[in-house]
Amino acid sequence: MLALRLKNLRKVYDNGFEALRGIELEVEQGDFFALLGPNGAGKSTTIGIIASLVKKTSGTVEVFGYDLDRQWEQAKSCIGLVPQEINFNQFEKVGQIVLNQAGYYGVPSGLARVRAEKWLKQLELWDRRDQVSRRLSGGMKRRLMIARALVHAPKLLILDEPTAGVDIEVRRSMWAFLRRLNQEGTTIILTTHYLEEAEQLCRHVAIIDRGQIIESTSMSALLDKLDSDTFCLDLRQPLMAAPEISGFAVELVEPRALRVEVPRLLGLNTLFAELSAQGIEVIGLRPQEGRLEQLFFQRVRGKKEAA
Amino acid sequence: MRIWPQTLLPPVVTTSLYFLIFGALMGPKIGTVRGVEYIDYIVPGIVLMAVINHSYANVVSSFFSAKFQRHIEEMLIAPMPSWVILAGYVTAGVARGIVIGGIVLLIACLFTEVRFAYPGLAAAMAILTALLFSVAGLINAVFANSFDDISIIPNFILTPLVYLGGVFYSVDMLPSPWARVSLANPILYMIEAFRFGFLGAADVDLASAFFIVGGLILVLGGWAWLLLSHGVGIKH
Repeated sequence: MLALRLKNLRKVYDNGFEALRGIELEVEQGDFFALLGPNGAGKSTTIGIIASLVKKTSGTVEVFGYDLDRQWEQAKSCIGLVPQEINFNQFEKVGQIVLNQAGYYGVPSGLARVRAEKWLKQLELWDRRDQVSRRLSGGMKRRLMIARALVHAPKLLILDEPTAGVDIEVRRSMWAFLRRLNQEGTTIILTTHYLEEAEQLCRHVAIIDRGQIIESTSMSALLDKLDSDTFCLDLRQPLMAAPEISGFAVELVEPRALRVEVPRLLGLNTLFAELSAQGIEVIGLRPQEGRLEQLFFQRVRGKKEAA
Repeated sequence: MRIWPQTLLPPVVTTSLYFLIFGALMGPKIGTVRGVEYIDYIVPGIVLMAVINHSYANVVSSFFSAKFQRHIEEMLIAPMPSWVILAGYVTAGVARGIVIGGIVLLIACLFTEVRFAYPGLAAAMAILTALLFSVAGLINAVFANSFDDISIIPNFILTPLVYLGGVFYSVDMLPSPWARVSLANPILYMIEAFRFGFLGAADVDLASAFFIVGGLILVLGGWAWLLLSHGVGIKH
C-alpha cells in the first residue's frame, strides 16, 4: 500500500513564482524516504501542501489512499509533521503543548496523557514537562516537536530538516530514535541538508529541483550511479606535493594524507599500482563521507547544465 | 485567565476610577438622567463597554499571537473543521468578556445599588455583544500582519464608537443632527438594549437592537468562517 501519492502537484504563488511544476511521487508504507533538493527547490512547499499549510494550485494528494481534498479528516489523521521552524506556543508548558495537540486530533484525555508520557520519556523531555517551552534548548525544542507530532499515533511522519542546528550527539540520538520508530511500522519522510543523514537512514530517495522530481529511486540504486568514489589515504612517509597519477584527482590534505577521487572505471587496484610504482606506501584507507552529496550535486548540476 | 494580572486586574482599576469620578464625585452634580441617578445610568454602559473591549481584545490578541508564533499550524494540520477553530476562539472571547463584565458589575455594587428590571434580557444582550466582538476580533487578527494592526481598530474605531454609543449620556441630550447621527452607531443599540435590562427604559427600539446584533453576528460570523476555510492570512 502507498503511504503517500502525489499526482501532478502544482503550486504557483500569488507573485507568479511557480514553486512546484507537476510533482509525481509515491512512497510505500513502512518506507524511510528522503526528499532532497537545494534551497528553493520546492521541498518545504511540497510538505506544506501535504500538511495542509500551503494551498495547492492543482494536483492531488493521497495519504494511505485517502484523498486530502475529499477525505481530509482521514487523510490528516494519518499525518504527523515536524516542521523546519519552531511552531509551538513559546509561553505554554512542554507537557501541555503535547496534550493540546492530542486534543486537536480528538484523542481522549486519558490516552493522551499515557502517550504524552511515553513520547516525552523516550525523547528525554519528561523531566521538563512543567517547564515553559521557550526555556528549552534548540535540540529539546526539536524533540518536543517530534513528541507533539507522535501523540496522535500517525502512520506517516514527515520531518522537515529535523536535525538542523542541533549538535552531533543529539543528532545521533535522534537518528536512533527515528530508526526505531520506522522499525515499529511508522512510515517516515525526511528532508535534510545533511546528506549523510539521508544516506544513513533512508531506503528510498527523491531529488527535487526547481519544482520537479528529477530522480526517485532506492538509496542503493542511486549510490550505484556514482561514477567515482572519494577515499582518504594515510601514508607512511610524508610528501611535499601530491603525486600525479593519470585518471585520478589527487589532493595532498596533509603531508601524510591524500584525498583521491577514484573513477569506478579505473578502480582501486590501478591506484595502488601507480602509488607503489612511485614508492608511496599506504598504511590506511577510508571512504570519505558524503557520497550522496557528491551524487546529489552531480544530478542537480547535470540538470542545470542540460537546461 | 492564567495571565490574570494582564486580563482581570486592569478593568478592576479603570472601572473603579470611572465609578469614582463619574459616579460618586461628578454624578451628584449632574443630577438625574431619564429619571435615575447618573451613576445608575452609566453602570450598564460601563459594564457593556468592558464586555466589548475584552471579548475583542481576547480573540484579536490570542489569534494573532497564534499566527505570529505559528502555533496556529497545530490546528491547521489537525483534522479540525474551520468552524471548530472559530467556535473555540469565539467561546474564549465570550467567556473573558462575560467574566470581566461580571467583575465590573460587582465593582459597581460597591458604589450604588444595582437593580435589574429584566435580567434575562440584559444577560442575552451581553452574551450576543461578546459574541459579535469576539468574531470581529478574529477577523481583525486574520488580516493583521503586525502588532500595530491589532491595535489600530480598537484604538481608532472601536473606542470612539463605544464612547459615542451612549455609555455616559443619553442621545436625547445631544443636539439635533448628532442625535440622529448616533443612531447609525450599532453599539448604541447594544448599550441601550443592555441598559433596558437594568432600568426598564431605553432610547432605541429593542427589536431593532436584537435584529442589528443578530444580523451582524451572522454576517461577520459567516465571513470569519469563510476566511478560515480559505486559509486567508494563515496559509500560503
